[in-house]
Amino acid sequence: MIAAHLPALQVVIPLMAAPLCVLLRRPVLAWALTLAVSWVVLAIAVALLLQVLETGPVTYPLGNWAAPWGIEYRVDLAGAFVLVIVAAIGAVVTPYARRSVEHEIPRDRIYLFYAMYLLCLTGLLGIAITGDAFNLFVFLEITSLSSYVLISLGSERRALTAAYRYLIMGTLGATFYLIGVAMMYMMTGTLNMADLATLMPAVADTRTILVALAFLTVGISLKLALFPLHLWLPNAYTYAPSVVTAFLAATGTKVAVYILIRIFFTIFGGVEVFRINLIGDVLMGLAILAMVSGSAVAIYQNNVKRMLAYSSVAQIGYMVLGISFATVTGLTGGIVHLFNHALIKCALFMALGCVFMRIGSVNIRDMAGLGRRMPVTMASFVVSGLSLIGVPLTVGFVSKWYLVQAALEKGWWPIAVLVLLSSLLAVIYIWRVVEVAYFRPAPEGGPAPAEAPLSMLVPMWLLTGASVYFGIDATRTLEVAGGAAAFLLRATP
Amino acid sequence: MSAEATILLAVAVPLVAAVLIVLTGSRPNLREGVTLAAAAILFGLVASLFPTVLAGGRPAVVLGEMLPGLNIAFEVEPLGMLFAAVASFLWLVTSIYSIGYMRGHHEKNQTRFYAYFAIALSSTMGVAFAGNMLTLFAFYEVLTLCTFPLVTHHGTEEAKRAGRVYLGILLGTSIGLQLFAIVWTWTIAGTLDFTDGGILAGKAAGPTVGILLALYVFGIGKAAIMPLHRWLPAAMVAPTPVSALLHAVAVVKVGVFTVLKVIVYIFGVEFLAQAASSRWLLYVAGFTIVAASVVALRSDNLKRRLAYSTVSQLSYVIMAAAILTPLSAMGAALHIAAHAFGKITLFFCAGSILVASHKTLVSELDGIGRRMPWTMAAFAIAALSMIGIPPTVGFVSKWYILRAAMEAEQMFAVAVIVLSTLLNAAYFLPIVYAAFFRAETAEPVAAGGPARGAEAGDGGTPRHRGHRREGHGEAPLCVVLALTVSAAGIVFLFFFPDLPFALARQLAGGAG
Repeated sequence: MIAAHLPALQVVIPLMAAPLCVLLRRPVLAWALTLAVSWVVLAIAVALLLQVLETGPVTYPLGNWAAPWGIEYRVDLAGAFVLVIVAAIGAVVTPYARRSVEHEIPRDRIYLFYAMYLLCLTGLLGIAITGDAFNLFVFLEITSLSSYVLISLGSERRALTAAYRYLIMGTLGATFYLIGVAMMYMMTGTLNMADLATLMPAVADTRTILVALAFLTVGISLKLALFPLHLWLPNAYTYAPSVVTAFLAATGTKVAVYILIRIFFTIFGGVEVFRINLIGDVLMGLAILAMVSGSAVAIYQNNVKRMLAYSSVAQIGYMVLGISFATVTGLTGGIVHLFNHALIKCALFMALGCVFMRIGSVNIRDMAGLGRRMPVTMASFVVSGLSLIGVPLTVGFVSKWYLVQAALEKGWWPIAVLVLLSSLLAVIYIWRVVEVAYFRPAPEGGPAPAEAPLSMLVPMWLLTGASVYFGIDATRTLEVAGGAAAFLLRATP
Repeated sequence: MSAEATILLAVAVPLVAAVLIVLTGSRPNLREGVTLAAAAILFGLVASLFPTVLAGGRPAVVLGEMLPGLNIAFEVEPLGMLFAAVASFLWLVTSIYSIGYMRGHHEKNQTRFYAYFAIALSSTMGVAFAGNMLTLFAFYEVLTLCTFPLVTHHGTEEAKRAGRVYLGILLGTSIGLQLFAIVWTWTIAGTLDFTDGGILAGKAAGPTVGILLALYVFGIGKAAIMPLHRWLPAAMVAPTPVSALLHAVAVVKVGVFTVLKVIVYIFGVEFLAQAASSRWLLYVAGFTIVAASVVALRSDNLKRRLAYSTVSQLSYVIMAAAILTPLSAMGAALHIAAHAFGKITLFFCAGSILVASHKTLVSELDGIGRRMPWTMAAFAIAALSMIGIPPTVGFVSKWYILRAAMEAEQMFAVAVIVLSTLLNAAYFLPIVYAAFFRAETAEPVAAGGPARGAEAGDGGTPRHRGHRREGHGEAPLCVVLALTVSAAGIVFLFFFPDLPFALARQLAGGAG
């Protein structure tokens, strides 16, 4: 009975819990509710993934309205995978959040934080589950509005300008997306993605659809911070509260990448979308620029959070590069990197949250001697950093392997070289932090910072451990990602 | 115990030891006990695989699937067997040495040192027994990373800079070139298993073969082929046991071992011999041999001289492999073992001199043979082995390489070997001569004498490098014991080379 309604519950539970948080008011109660919800949500997401693996895509007509008219929730392998990523990150971040939020957000606003956090989770899950292009826009707005608020809760005043800038760019992106959807609706008369997919080949050559595609691509590229539309991201990540950065870095841009995949391979699935006006080449070029420039700029940052933000720009480049290959190997690499990068970046930002809690700064200069003072935190930072670089036996290696393989399969060896070059740049910026933390003596006279509380260390190490585990045995993640890629490309796996 | 379990244990035992070392960190004697026990157990495990491999068996075990179609797999073949045996035996010797050295020299953070040392051995075993290129690559990278804290052990500015060079070159080449080559091989051949006769025959041709070979050879930065050799002299900033075992045996041998594996089991000797685009390797290796010897000749710092000698000797292995005949592959395999024993002895001696007298320069060693007879005698034996004079094992391997070069009519290789032998003699023999036959320049107070009782651990302030201990004698007992054992090994292997021979002959498919 309940099993049949899992797709709806996936979204409805966190949505209903958000106003409950406001009613509860007490920080601890709000947190406890969020924790319970985030774990239930994860259980549902895993159940859905298992169901999809067993029986194929699951559809759920909302309110029993039949598909092209009513809103349809549709979970295929790619969607289920993203659901699990978002829910898992949510479930791990929530326990971490309690102490970190107490430390960074004024007590009287904590319940609002959890309400917004749940709304953001709702939106992200909704995007991954819906099969309706307009409904996706609604969820996109829920996500965006709540994340503007979450970012503006940062302790520095600059968080406000960062949030405002993100709001402008985000609204532009969402509007572009809406314009694109409206144009598609004009030409096909439907908003259901599966329906759009069947009707699209007939009208694909019209100028309206081409323009729609352009609006959709640019709009979502703004959302996922594809170079050169990434300018909102570094400030937003830098000045947001630590928890928010950890959560959004692991989920926000990933879901945007997922939308891009949906547009290209589901809505335009019947059309060879990358044949149209060099769109694949443009994406690939931008992805490569993102990879190289993001990593290069990261090297010169003194604020470690900002450094990792630029690194995210580069990593998004990897994902888009995987998409732009439009081959099973490439898309597998892109999709599996959604998961892998979520693990890595979330753990890294969590480590910085621990650092910020203890020394009140994430500036590289203030991190001197931390290797001895906070050994557990910094060890996690190093392991996740190695994973970001792509050292074997970590998840980063798996993604890189697939991207390089995809490039070589097509015979595009310069791209393979650039992928590897970008990971070498990652060695430089990660090792800058390592050298300061382990080789520079701690400043004299300062308070001796202790290790972060256990409730923050455990989630961080859970992700770090996962980042190693799925690097040693990547068959499970690759089975799902490869299956999703094959399904999206309609290829036999 | 089954061979499969033995293989996995060989990788696991040093890892477990690392954990135990950390746990027993507050009790140094127990901690060193753990290291010694682990080293002994490891050598026992590796030795127990000998009969199977000698009988032609190739025990293999699959640990798990890493990527679809690509396993983390181990397979013991003759070359890996030889390498693992050498490395594990020398770990035992080095452990004894480390105890004397680290305590005699009052090093800090000894627990960290022993722990990472053990991890390094675990990854060395992983490389030695790797059944496919992916497994090998994974352990290769782990080895780079876990030796980084050993290289930068002192935490000084100099150590940090050396660490940068070390990591920069090793990670840069492995990620930038070697990984590229591996993925390329995978896309061409559809497998990465080490297979007799190679996996690329019939799948790659023309310049592709040469380019791929270059990506591998330069991507394996640990082989220290010029111009990617600078990490090795830089790594000499580490404590001497690290230089001895890791940067004369484990790490650098992992480099040439990998090159050898790639040539024998990925390309296949016969396939590569037919590919015109692979000829360059011989010349690059030959150049490295001579050029590094010249640099060694001009280095006054003893450890630096030894480091460049290592660069030169590593290229012997690569050049031997590049001659591309079964006999030459056999010579290359033998030289891995021969050089390991010779060079570790030399580093033991350099460390011994440092602990006892705080001297680091070649020009300071006049007359030291009379104060440290055991050390300098071992040094002399090892130097003879480096040059290739009987009765040392260096003669045996050099003989085979030379014979292979003659048979293949590679006059370039022959010329390089002759020239380099002269150079080796020119930079090693003066040290031996000065130590034994020249009088000490600055006459120290004649207290103590050459008695071994003058333990270096007493009282003094060894942290002050400028301080010259007056009237020093031999180094601590553990140090002398270790270098005596390894020097004895050099001579022993000359008279009884049967075991390495049997393995090398299997590798070469019965030739020689």
